[in-house]
Amino acid sequence: MDGAELAGKIFYTWLTLVLGFILLPSAFGVSLGISEIYMKILVKTLEWATIRIEKGASKESVLKNSASVGIIQRDESPMEKGLSGLRGRDFELSDVFYFSKKGLEAIVEDEVTQRFSSEELVSWNLLTRTNVNFHYVSLRLTAVWVLGVLLRYCVLLPLRVTLAFIGISLLVIGTTLVGQLPDNSLKSRLSELVHLTCCRICVRALSGTIRYHNKQYRPQKGGICVANHTSPIDVLILTTDGCYAMVGQVHGGLMGIIQRAMVKACPHVWFERSEMKDRHLVTKRLKEHIADKKKLPILIFPEGTCINNTSVMMFKKGSFEIGGTIHPVAIKYNPQFGDAFWNSSKFSMVSYLLRVMTSWAIVCDVWYMPPMTREEGEDAVRFANRVKSAIAVQGGLTELPWDGGLKRAKVKDTFKEEQQKNYSKMIVGNGSVTSELD
Amino acid sequence: MGSRASTLLRDEELEEIKKETGFSHSQITRLYSRFTSLDKGENGTLRAKKWVTLTLVYVDREHGHRLATPFPKQKDYVPEDPSCTWLKPFPVYRNSLRGSAETDLTSTHEDTGLIPGLAHREDFQRIPELAINPLGDRIINAFFPEGEDQVNFRGFMRTLAHFRPIEDNEKSKDMNGPEPLNSRSNKLHFAFRLYDLDKDDKISRDELLQVLRMMVGVNISDEQLGSIADRTIQEADQDGDSAISFTEFVKVLEKVDVEQKMSIRFLH
Repeated sequence: MDGAELAGKIFYTWLTLVLGFILLPSAFGVSLGISEIYMKILVKTLEWATIRIEKGASKESVLKNSASVGIIQRDESPMEKGLSGLRGRDFELSDVFYFSKKGLEAIVEDEVTQRFSSEELVSWNLLTRTNVNFHYVSLRLTAVWVLGVLLRYCVLLPLRVTLAFIGISLLVIGTTLVGQLPDNSLKSRLSELVHLTCCRICVRALSGTIRYHNKQYRPQKGGICVANHTSPIDVLILTTDGCYAMVGQVHGGLMGIIQRAMVKACPHVWFERSEMKDRHLVTKRLKEHIADKKKLPILIFPEGTCINNTSVMMFKKGSFEIGGTIHPVAIKYNPQFGDAFWNSSKFSMVSYLLRVMTSWAIVCDVWYMPPMTREEGEDAVRFANRVKSAIAVQGGLTELPWDGGLKRAKVKDTFKEEQQKNYSKMIVGNGSVTSELD
Repeated sequence: MGSRASTLLRDEELEEIKKETGFSHSQITRLYSRFTSLDKGENGTLRAKKWVTLTLVYVDREHGHRLATPFPKQKDYVPEDPSCTWLKPFPVYRNSLRGSAETDLTSTHEDTGLIPGLAHREDFQRIPELAINPLGDRIINAFFPEGEDQVNFRGFMRTLAHFRPIEDNEKSKDMNGPEPLNSRSNKLHFAFRLYDLDKDDKISRDELLQVLRMMVGVNISDEQLGSIADRTIQEADQDGDSAISFTEFVKVLEKVDVEQKMSIRFLH
């Protein structure tokens, strides 16, 4: 019986500690400064490790680390220059040179597929999962790594799991309860409270350190907030600083449970990406939503899929057609402390969360940017691109024209046809290309 | 992930590739990690379908290759061939065993227990920038000789080597050794094979038309394309067989800067 009693006591003390030091402060949005101290120690340790690794590394491995720079230097010259011809020149047998060079370059290194897998690190961050690049350096470094493993798995992980469990169950229970209330201002205020509190708890469960920049541009009610997308954590990070009505893909599993609970309290819109009917419905709902200036700003990730936080891919035009004010937000995670990218084809939501909870921390910058509106005569696609560029510049991300949907689907034939058309124009001149095939 | 490759690639193999293709050590390891990342694919279903659990593995001492054969027989099966020195259960992709009794495991690593060494046609087709290339399919084909649908790292590197720039010290090399893969003639041969669909060492009018059609899509009429093909063949044909042989192909492209146009700037 003693054993059970002891276990009960430990559990009780544990819960009290968690409740007293983390839950209560997070409910009221204050910080005790413990995580700040942790972060300071962490930064110092990683800096030290980097120096050790650089010292210990031979010349060769320094070379290898430059792998993240690239394998080749691409020839970016456009087709006209690559084929060194003017419009209206004749076909030459050597024209295949250009296409083969382009093709081989894409095989060796392409812009798109590498964005769907984790970013490469410049220096080892003392996590076992990323040390493929780095070999044994010194005893001291190994000792620090062992300490790190113990800390992460024996202290941080149980703490974080407890927090996440409490946070998520509170969210599900809270939103379900609030959902029972009739629609009025009390309901929306309560719902906001539940969302904010639970998100703060969950962010603490990930040891999230978030710096918000330009708070004066925080998305206003009745507006649309668009951000680059790395992981479902994005939502937590943004909601910690203010509530949003969310729009997104329906998920199953843990995400599904959370989604279904949340929608009861707050007018989130969940839809099935592949259903045309759903998409029309979403547009309609969005229009209604932004017409009412009292409603929460809508949060949309127009890339439609998670990218590994090195680049911003094509913004789908849907959210830019509705009109209204767009509040762009750039989110940039610091990969040194843990990989925030959710590779949904490789990891389920739960195993992804466990991976995050066993890394050092989630550190990120959030930049609120000045609101943007569609200019006179500007179409939705061009507007979407303008917003995308702004986010890319602010977040220090590479801007790519490609559709993030390529993660799941094949590239559309129209892009190939475009290439063929350009080439045709070159070898027969403008006039004779059948223009009705546009 | 530069140096994971170096732990998976065996040193002697790396040396052989270095000698054959002329790539440097660090280039090979970087290209190897690219190759394995191509192989993985994104959705993981391809991998799951290909997985088969056990095979027999043994060493072909004569060629230094490790071979795998599907696990068909009783547990104590021993290959009769005396050059087979050991035997061990080994997981292998189903696809890599299809069609042949034995699979070369030379580019695998025992400890990882899987073959990262094979890329398939679909793996290439998933690269969007290649999928929009009008000649994408022909280029992919260049990696898969003799109608196979998989390529190992060695073969992959051999094809890539055609696009290595010709360095100054290679130009003056003595003519005794085998011709390097990135020579002008081999670069031209690569281009020639893009046209030569039936591999009879001749580009017929029909083949030229088909490749032209790939390049222009629906934008040019049959008639116009026909006249382009006729003119091209007429200009190149010297022996009057209404087709372009490799010698004629080389002659036509005599003045073209092949070295520059068919070279990729690989970083060191």
